[in-house]
Amino acid sequence: MKALMFGWEFPPHILGGLGTASYGLTRGMAQQEDMHITFVIPKPWGDEDQSFLRIIGANSIPVVWKDVDYNYVRQRMEGRMSPEEFYNFRNGIHYDFTRIGTDDLGCIGFSGRYPDNLLEEIGNYEAVASVLAHSLDFDIIHSHDWLTYPAGVFAKHISGKPLVIHVHATDFDRSRGNVNPTVFSIEKRGMEEADHIMCVSNLTRNTVIEKYGIPAYKVSTVHNAVEPLPNPEEFVKHPRKDKLVTFLGRITMQKGPEFFVEAAARVLAKTDGVRFVMAGSGDKMQEMIDLVAKRGIADKFHFPGFMRGKQVQEMLCESDVYIMPSVSEPFGISPLEAMQVGCPSIISHQSGCAEILTHAIKTDYWDIDAMADAIYAIVKYPAMYKSLSELGKEEVNNIRWYDAGLKVRRIYDGVINHTL
Amino acid sequence: MKNICFCFQMHAPYRMKRYRFFDIGADHYYYEDMQSEDQVQYLASTSYLPLCQTLQEMIRLSRGKFHCAFAISGEMLEMFEQFAPEMIDALKALAATKCVEFITLPYAYSLASQYDTNEFTAQVKQHADKLNELFGQKSTTLANTEMLFDDEFALLAQKLGYKTCMTEGSKHLLSWKSPNYVYLAAAAPKVKLLLRNATVSDSLSFLFSDSSWPGYPMDAEKFTQQIVDLPKEEDVVNIWLGAETFGIRQQAATGIFEFLKAIPYYALEKEIGFLTPSEAGKKPAVDSLAVPFPNTWCGEAKDLSPFAGNDLQQEALSKLYAVAERVRLCQDKNLKRDWLHLQVADNFLYMNHINAGNTHYESAYDAFINYMNILSDFLQRVEEQYPTTIENEELNGLLKTINNQNQEIEELQEEIKKLRARKKA
Repeated sequence: MKALMFGWEFPPHILGGLGTASYGLTRGMAQQEDMHITFVIPKPWGDEDQSFLRIIGANSIPVVWKDVDYNYVRQRMEGRMSPEEFYNFRNGIHYDFTRIGTDDLGCIGFSGRYPDNLLEEIGNYEAVASVLAHSLDFDIIHSHDWLTYPAGVFAKHISGKPLVIHVHATDFDRSRGNVNPTVFSIEKRGMEEADHIMCVSNLTRNTVIEKYGIPAYKVSTVHNAVEPLPNPEEFVKHPRKDKLVTFLGRITMQKGPEFFVEAAARVLAKTDGVRFVMAGSGDKMQEMIDLVAKRGIADKFHFPGFMRGKQVQEMLCESDVYIMPSVSEPFGISPLEAMQVGCPSIISHQSGCAEILTHAIKTDYWDIDAMADAIYAIVKYPAMYKSLSELGKEEVNNIRWYDAGLKVRRIYDGVINHTL
Repeated sequence: MKNICFCFQMHAPYRMKRYRFFDIGADHYYYEDMQSEDQVQYLASTSYLPLCQTLQEMIRLSRGKFHCAFAISGEMLEMFEQFAPEMIDALKALAATKCVEFITLPYAYSLASQYDTNEFTAQVKQHADKLNELFGQKSTTLANTEMLFDDEFALLAQKLGYKTCMTEGSKHLLSWKSPNYVYLAAAAPKVKLLLRNATVSDSLSFLFSDSSWPGYPMDAEKFTQQIVDLPKEEDVVNIWLGAETFGIRQQAATGIFEFLKAIPYYALEKEIGFLTPSEAGKKPAVDSLAVPFPNTWCGEAKDLSPFAGNDLQQEALSKLYAVAERVRLCQDKNLKRDWLHLQVADNFLYMNHINAGNTHYESAYDAFINYMNILSDFLQRVEEQYPTTIENEELNGLLKTINNQNQEIEELQEEIKKLRARKKA
């Protein structure tokens, strides 16, 4: 089975959860012996792990035919691809994309981020997809998130191969209901064109069915998983006087930071020896700092700023509670990461991961009383911390990407054999 | 002659209300009375009352030959008194037939026998008094919460003067033996042991209306025939059921009430008798049984693990029983009442991760949070009455002095009265 995947991010250079999920899923799928994955991203950095799949950078694919010399190509494509491959791709150019600005090889420069001219990049990515669809051999097309839906749809039309799309988030999650019409239309078209849709949670699945009007039989749920820690013994909790309650993520409307602050105020009104941490950055940060000051809890409420890499796990490991009061979270992998290092998690019912977790506390995002109550219980009742920590760790270690990969595979088979 | 010993258990806990940690120290009322009332009314109207009426009918039609027993927790009786007094009347009417025995249980349907034997003894006495007060009966049969039984319990029962105990006839206890005999408790030879026949009992509770069950459809004739077909010497079949089997687990439309009603007719025709546990306990025992580990009727393992198996349950139970002695010393009525409600076993079942019974909590953690918040408030109240800085013995001594002082004052006042009277004279 050869899959052509379109993605936008791939570790180690990631901007959000999409990259982590793409990596985990492809890695889990690659454990199936007959699975060959080609993963296209706009701009690889060259240090991606290619041991289990092939990564193609959209910025190395010619979309405009340029008469270039063999040696020149070899020199320019050093370390990325051979001149033979380059010429093979060049033979796949069937349309005129001269309107797009290209370099001397006919390739497009991508930022690989989420720039202001995102829609233009999405269009350019589509052009690249047409070349790939003409020059590669594959059985199925798999698009990750709305940015890559147009590319997937184009590739499907050219090759006639089935298209599955993977919904990691919808615009309804990102905007608390105020959708951007352009994004919505791209998403909707992708969903309509797709032969099957995979969502990361039942929550997202319902959104796809209800808000985008997609028939339910076409939509499945494939819950995300979490990569096992390579070095779990490295993370040891140090004894400290005060208990730590941590929020970690983008401080934006979607993540519900204000509910965390309100819950913290409720806990602090009654209890000593608890500190609250809001790590991360985002457009709501200033507002949150103001709110903390207004509630008069600034001495116990800390904003350490953006964290990355190992810092994140260390912070989680030192915490007594991890809290994710998201207003709408398609999946939310971070509570699973917290549980991996033995940190009890409180999550909102409006988070997709709540569907697969038993040993985490679930409350509604607006129910600050319940949230405060749960925080209090974890820091005050030792059995609560112990159970959540131990059983949670065990539970998370049994949520594997391999199983998610098998589910995806069943969907592939079903789509190809028309048995789904 | 073969006999059937029917026991119907009735128990429901007071519903605890949502109690947040900021209520600790501010709010000392822990119950959601509306929901408790709803629950009791539902139980009574769909199950318990029709069951009582059916039993009354059966006793009448069999001219008093049908006998059975009830195991009703003290909590349940209180709730009947409060929310469904018609139940008390129905039970009293049954008691008046003299065909019904009311088995003694720990009053609060608690696990006290495992954690604090003094508490357990007190609750057994309290329940016996309650039964005596309501039904004018003193039962010689003692059963524990969830039919819990082990050698220590047998000793306790013997000490309290009970002659018969009942427990689950679980496989690991009996191995090749049959539950359909009267046994002796090996640890306490004055105590007879009756074992619940799990196959027959559960077939009524869970399979009666299951059309995929080979025994389906079950009727009274078939039912009595299977008892006749047992080996000749096996003479007592103990059927212990949650009373909600009738009308709730097996709904009225399945014909469960009519089935029950028809049993005496066919049984008496086939010369099967009916006994209460105390009557069955008068039969000679065939063998003695040692029960070194707690044996209950719940779950697959037939032990206490559904109630005290995980960290949450153990912490809650140990925190609760740590103050048992103090609470017994105190006189505050409200505190004593809350103390009983907090001990109800259901509270701990709700903290089970795998199967929390008919819980109204979202998860085991949710149940634990709520319970611990309430318990924290309760412990604070106990602490206010008797600070932990004073040792139990010391406290006891002080209380004695206070009580003695009262007595002394009374005596002195009496003397003053006498002297004054003499002076006047």
